[in-house]
Parts: sequence; structure tokens; C-alpha cells
Amino acid sequence: MIQTDILIIGAGPTGLFAVFEAGLLQLKCHIIDALPQPGGQLAELYPKKPIFDIPGYPSVLAGDLVTNLMEQIKQFQPGFTLGETAETIEKLEDGTFIVTTNEGTKHQAKAIAIAGGLGTFEPRKPILKDIEFYEKEDRGVDYFVKDPEKYRGKNIVIAGGGDSALDWSIFLSNVANSVTLVHRRNEFRGALDSVEKVQELKNAEKIKLVTPAEVVGFNGSERITAVDIEVNGARMKVECDYFIPLFGLTPKLGPIANWGLEIEKNAIKVNNALDYQTNIDGIYAIGDVNIYPGKLKLILCGFHEATLMCQSVYNRINPGKRYVLKYTTVSGVDGFDGTRKEAEKAVVKSID
Amino acid sequence: MPQDITIFITDRNGVKHEVLAPTDMNMNIMELIRSYELAEEGTVGVCGGMAMCASCQCYVLNDVISLERNPDEEAMLWEAYHVKDNSRLGCQIHITEDLEGLELEIAPEQ
Repeated sequence: MIQTDILIIGAGPTGLFAVFEAGLLQLKCHIIDALPQPGGQLAELYPKKPIFDIPGYPSVLAGDLVTNLMEQIKQFQPGFTLGETAETIEKLEDGTFIVTTNEGTKHQAKAIAIAGGLGTFEPRKPILKDIEFYEKEDRGVDYFVKDPEKYRGKNIVIAGGGDSALDWSIFLSNVANSVTLVHRRNEFRGALDSVEKVQELKNAEKIKLVTPAEVVGFNGSERITAVDIEVNGARMKVECDYFIPLFGLTPKLGPIANWGLEIEKNAIKVNNALDYQTNIDGIYAIGDVNIYPGKLKLILCGFHEATLMCQSVYNRINPGKRYVLKYTTVSGVDGFDGTRKEAEKAVVKSID
Repeated sequence: MPQDITIFITDRNGVKHEVLAPTDMNMNIMELIRSYELAEEGTVGVCGGMAMCASCQCYVLNDVISLERNPDEEAMLWEAYHVKDNSRLGCQIHITEDLEGLELEIAPEQ
């Protein structure tokens, strides 16, 4: 069982920054996220788009903000359970919680911080006969690329017309034996460099493009051996080991909705006068997932909420223990990995 | 002083609302729907207005605006559900004085 002080649900900017503020208070964090990589919406929906309202950054790409946050929290050695969804919660007599994911991974924590944003991102699935059969037990349908190595030397069919379809086609063209990209239109919608790169790889015959087309069926008795593709009314069969439909993701509040938390307008009600705690003692909700009078769903508000949450958890775990807020400039940052960051000392020296 | 305009919006339960929309706040139809809470929070404008989720899809019911979609909007609507010829994404309709009297219906949830 994974043990930690604060179990954070959601690896978006708010959840990641909470690790830093917790670390300053000597609290350890572990993060669960349904997506295979940290960053939440920023990494999944708009990594290449700029954000203009992060204080101190006139402009920062969403993907860069995630990279920076990961760098900022590195010394506090957060644990990650990625690609799994927090499913059930149990409160033990000693006040700690056990959270179990959909894959059975158990986490024990002294406090829970739900930083789930819009909710769990669930893949939009194409409506195809037998898809439920093939998406189980590695039978060939995947909605995420969790471990690219799995596709080494394999034949892959990717469907979709957006950034993730383009980017994974590019990436896997160097790993897989073959990559076929199927899209309903001839036009793709993504970052210009991704579209151009796919064009280049198509010309070099490293990606096979099938458009305007749609995957309409599967072949294979135990697992996928080929997919049927309809192109302009004609059918063709493409042999493959994996079919990866990338049609975007829809956020759902998910299993958290059944944890007995007070929900209003698809968000979790918290006490914003104090510490962003929910109606269940020891469970907090921070960032876009919470609601209170005057709530604004902004990254900068999430950072503030994460900071106050950590102070509250400190007091909860260490009742009566004295602590005063310190400035990192003055006290430096001592990592759990033994590193120390500190301001350079001023010199006291006469000037002749 | 810019004038507010009147827009008619039918919600997902079939109820028609007459709402006043400011023309000087750089708002779009998705934001107008959210500001009047005409659809449940979390079910409209999920992506924040980047034409990336189609949760603000509307059907245009009169000819106050053109049905022409911008390329981002068009690409999103290729992949969305419940799309009709008169579908537009609310987040891509910028509110200006030209929209006076526009009638819309919010499409079902994605």
C-alpha cells in the first residue's frame, strides 16, 4: 500500500503546486491521475496554447507551465499513480483514508485533496460493434498511449484529426513497424508544426494516410488482427496489432460524485472562509473542481487554494504544533532528496 | 454608450428565454448562456471557449447571423454529435450589435 501525508487527486496545475506548498511544511504528497501524464487539461487539451494570466508570466505555453511546475516540485519527491482513476474512499478509525483506484492500487493518506478540475477525462469512443470486447485485456483497442514501448515493431492504426492523433502518429512512426492514420476529412486540425511533420512523414512513407475514411469494423477472434476501413464507400482491410481511436476526451466528475460530498453545479462545495475543506472532515477540494460564493475557475485561484489547504492539513496532522509562515527567499527550500535551494548571501564589505 | 441587445435562447428543456446581452464586454454566446445559467454548469463551455468540446453547440433558428463556421469550429463540429446544418458553436459567436433579435436553441449534451 502506498502511504503519504496528502493524497492529491488530479495532476493539473493546482494539484502539482500543492506538492510544493506541502513540501515547505514537511508534508509528503502522492498524486493520482486518470491521464497517463501529469498536467491535466493543460497537457491533454491545449499544451501548445499560451496562457496570459499567470502572474509574472506575460505569456506561458500550457505545456511549459506544467514542465516548470514539475521542476519546481521535484525536490519534494511526489509519488504518482498515473493512468488510474480514484474510485473508492474509506475513512479508518484513526482518521486516515484509504483510496483505491479502478486498477486496485491502494493509497493510505492523512488527508485528501481533490484537485480534479473538470473531472476525469474519459475518452470519446467511436460507436463500433464489438469495441467493448477489443478494448479489454490488451486485445488491441487502446484510447491512450500509456507506454509507447508496447507498440515497438507493431502495426498501428490511429484514428482522429486533432493534435493527439497527429502527435502520436509522429511519435509512433519511429517506434512501430507501421502507422496508418485514418481521418474522416482530408483536413487536420492541430499545431502547424505537427501538421507539417505528418505531411513530411507521409511523403517519406513513414505514415500511411487514409482520408476521408472511417474505421467501421474489426477482425480477429481473440484479439485484433485487422480493421475494416471505409474510404469513399469502398471497403479496405488493414492488418494491425493495435487500433488507437483519438477522438478527444470528455470530462466527467466520475466516481468522486459518490463519495458523499456535497455537490452543487457539478462541483464540490467547500468552506472558502477557512481552508477549502468539504463537508467530510479531512477531504479538501481545490481548483476548478470546487465551488463557493464568488468562485472563479482560474489557475491562479487554484494556487491560492492549494496553499491554504496545506496549512490546514499541517494543523490537522500536527495539532498544537507551532509554525509560522516563512518566506522561501529567507529560509530557502530544503528538499526531501537532500537538496537545498537558497538565496545567495549578501556580502558585507567595505568599498574603498 | 453601447446598447444591450436582446437574444432569444431556448434551453435544453425547451423553455424559451429572452435575455439582454452586453455588446461591450467581449462576450460570446457560450458565455451569455453561462452568465444566465441557461444550462447546467459543467455541461456548457467545458473547454473554456477554445472550440474543443462542442458542449456549447447551438442551432441557429433565424437568419440574423450567417451559418458560416470558422475553420476551428468546422473541425470540431465534424467530430461532434447531434450536428445539423444550422449548428454553430456558441463560443465562436461573438456578441455584437448585429446580433439583435437572434434566436438560438441549445443542442443536447454531447
